[in-house]
Amino acid sequence: MYFDSFSEFLNMGGHGLYVWLAYGLTILLLVINFILPIRHKRKLQQEQARKLRREQQSQ
Amino acid sequence: MAFDKFWAWFHRMGSPKWFYEISGRWIPWFATATIVLLTVGAVWSLAFAPQDYQQGNSFRIIYIHVPAAILAQSIFFSMALCGAIGLIWKMKVADMVAKSCAPIGASMTFIALFTGAVWGKPTWGAWWVWDARLTSMLILLFLYFGVIALQSAFDSKQSAARASAILSLVGVVNIPIIKYSVEWWNTLHQPATFKLTEKPAMPMEMWLPLLIMVIGFYCFFATVLMMRTRNEILEREKRTQWVQGLLSK
Repeated sequence: MYFDSFSEFLNMGGHGLYVWLAYGLTILLLVINFILPIRHKRKLQQEQARKLRREQQSQ
Repeated sequence: MAFDKFWAWFHRMGSPKWFYEISGRWIPWFATATIVLLTVGAVWSLAFAPQDYQQGNSFRIIYIHVPAAILAQSIFFSMALCGAIGLIWKMKVADMVAKSCAPIGASMTFIALFTGAVWGKPTWGAWWVWDARLTSMLILLFLYFGVIALQSAFDSKQSAARASAILSLVGVVNIPIIKYSVEWWNTLHQPATFKLTEKPAMPMEMWLPLLIMVIGFYCFFATVLMMRTRNEILEREKRTQWVQGLLSK
């Protein structure tokens, strides 16, 4: 480890706010990019299930 | 012979069903690689890499700024390439891949701009300067927004794909401008960290984690691109029997 203590690691030699802000937003955006298509796929599956049910009822 | 094989492969790639099946097999591998590489890369770059002798610890922002900026440009290039393939050979899968590129590329461009601003404050004393590198990256973000807007501006998927492909192809002009902006104009921005033809100027314990992060970002792009393209396929081919079979499972 490059830092002597955990608080120094958080402080980043006075640049902590900048470093953690940059990493934090990046992680947030990457996670959002990952979740959106998963939710979209679930929505497509639900729509299809609803459509199938409708078709079965009308028969 | 090899050429025949290439064309056979190219035609299979054009089949949405084949793409759906092969990408379903690849996604777990790419997703695992993404998580491993980004975790190792982030821990290494935040806690183990040495600080820069001039910039101190704010230098650690390079480990996300540079990969995001590289991806922002290669994603735009891929989007234009797929758009061209879709225009020339009327390949539906290429259109869908091009459409899936846009939101990922816009995210990467935003990350590059945001982390650049946050890095600029302690390093240059300003969040933003209107120099060539930063301005051309901002234009790249607007080009992505333009493509995303065009994709949803048409009722016909074909017209949307054609219009977006043309905008991407025109916008590709911006990519060499971004790349050479630090050489053509006076700027605060530092020159490229990685060059294909030269050894990096940094010591290895600094550039190795950066390389890991770049590969991790590429794997992330591949994973999300395949996930998004699969959804596009499900939507556009929903009347075919194989998609109905898949969705009702």
